[in-house]
Amino acid sequence: MEIFIQQIINGLTTGSVYALVALGYTMVYGVIQLINFAHGEVVMIGAMVAFSVITALAGTAAPLPPAAILLAGVAAAIPACMAIGYLLERIAYRPLRHAPRLAPLITAIGMSIILQHLALLVWSRNPMAFPQIVDNPVFTIGGAAITGVQIAIILLSVVLMAALTWFVYRTRFGIAIRATAENVHVASLMGVDANRVIAATFVIAAALAAVAGVMVGTYYGITHYTMGFMLGLKAFSAAVLGGIGNLAGAMLGGILLGLVEALGAGYIGDLTDICKWPLMKEAVAERCAADGHLILMGSNYQDVFAFLVLIAVLVFRPSGLLGERVSERA
Amino acid sequence: MSASAPILEVRDLHVSYGSIAAVKGISFEVATGETVCLIGANGAGKTTTLKALARLLPAHGTLHFDGHSLLHRPAHELIGAGMTLVPEGRGIFARLTVAENLDMGAYCRSDRAGIDADRDRVFGLLPRLKERARQVAGTLSGGEQQMLAIGRALMSRPRLLLLDEPSMGLAPMMVQKVFEVIRSVAAQGVTILLVEQNARLALSVASRGYVMESGGITLSDSAPALLANPGVREAYLGE
Ligand SMILES: Nc1ncnc2c1ncn2[C@@H]1O[C@H](COP(=O)(O)OP(=O)(O)O)[C@@H](O)[C@H]1O
Ligand SMILES: [Mg+2]
Repeated sequence: MEIFIQQIINGLTTGSVYALVALGYTMVYGVIQLINFAHGEVVMIGAMVAFSVITALAGTAAPLPPAAILLAGVAAAIPACMAIGYLLERIAYRPLRHAPRLAPLITAIGMSIILQHLALLVWSRNPMAFPQIVDNPVFTIGGAAITGVQIAIILLSVVLMAALTWFVYRTRFGIAIRATAENVHVASLMGVDANRVIAATFVIAAALAAVAGVMVGTYYGITHYTMGFMLGLKAFSAAVLGGIGNLAGAMLGGILLGLVEALGAGYIGDLTDICKWPLMKEAVAERCAADGHLILMGSNYQDVFAFLVLIAVLVFRPSGLLGERVSERA
Repeated sequence: MSASAPILEVRDLHVSYGSIAAVKGISFEVATGETVCLIGANGAGKTTTLKALARLLPAHGTLHFDGHSLLHRPAHELIGAGMTLVPEGRGIFARLTVAENLDMGAYCRSDRAGIDADRDRVFGLLPRLKERARQVAGTLSGGEQQMLAIGRALMSRPRLLLLDEPSMGLAPMMVQKVFEVIRSVAAQGVTILLVEQNARLALSVASRGYVMESGGITLSDSAPALLANPGVREAYLGE
């Protein structure tokens, strides 16, 4: 039971991060039907910028309070990522708006590689320790541990998702974004400048990615120029799981994916411990007597779950959990 | 033709899809306050003409709205200038609520009080929309969707309303209702350019009409004259 609660806590934490990143994929897809494969790299840049700012500020003779330094890291990462999101759209995708779908897709992959290598040049090819400057108290719930950082990640994600939902559903510009997502031509007849809406979508997605990047750095204590790849792939899976193009779907998909992954990682060792399989016990009794365990797949298989879930969704519910339409618009 | 200056003036308009010419040098005009219709068979080029006016398609020729050229203005600036298109197939935002669709019609406006007044006016004209204001627009019937598309356009307080086949796909009862609404909009002083395949209906609300055939305008006359024209009667009124 402790393991279960512990993995729920861990899953909610990573799931919150996946949700924030998945929202970026889904918003951009919703508006221009582009899978922005460089989005994971925007998360990475967010983590990197925060890393530099926090390292610099924490290293001064009379450093600011830790919370202020962390905040400064976030405050620097957000505009830096917003600028990258804007430039990506402006330079890489806008000129291809009316090109065959494959062109922007391949460009997105190219942008992802370029951003990775820019980060490699600016920062390092090696993993860098993300400064752990804030206190991280540990609380216990039902025998499981939850850290201050985990609580902060989950709460901040909830706040950001609520704010985004309010923006998209309650403000004039938010309604214009949804209208553009549905029919860009009619939206322009209503006076909506599609270029502005599309640019705004990229910028908002990048701001969420920046926050997610700082969360990842703080949570795992490490940044690396390739960190955006796997994270982006998983967040994209989360968006597809929820139904790409659907905001609530991205949130649900992110949280679910985090939970599936954490629970999978928590239990796969036990489930694939041959010493516990009735039929196999006898055959491997000697080894089991020696080690007590004979585990086929350890928690290092965790990454597999995200993609098993993605494949299962694509097979059984291609439009995702909350997605309504699969058909591509002409 | 008309005493007042034309609000819309089209001269030698050409529109093509790639190498296929769909509109081949047409000229027409609409004067402030009048209701003019453009009738013609399926494929004549009516929708193409309206899309070119709304800047959704690139075009050549002279396109003047209110004395200013439209040719190099982006589509999203026209509604603010006073020209609003209700597109073929209605083009409502199915996943937005009825109220949100109406708000989109007023997207280019910032006069709160005026917008509220116009919403009340639209609800007065189209009471069904008021009942369904909180409903997602995709759940409306075809006729209600057409009403919504017209109501949404009215929210922009247009000086020129372009209507593309408002009767399309509607049951006869509903067509009558939609045309009653168009009549009352015209009566409120909105200038209308109405495109229709249903020529009899169109000529019943318009004071003048143009007949379009394979990308060109072949005939232009007052509505009563067109209704009496033997060629029109045979080709478009099914007699
Ligand atoms: N997207 C398009 N691509 C190529 N040809 C088109 C397209 N849309 C319309 N056309 C052609 O242009 C001509 C005029 O069409 P349209 O303006 O839709 O006619 P109408 O509205 O009078 O029925 C038709 O021959 C039609 O086949
Ligand atoms: Mg048509």
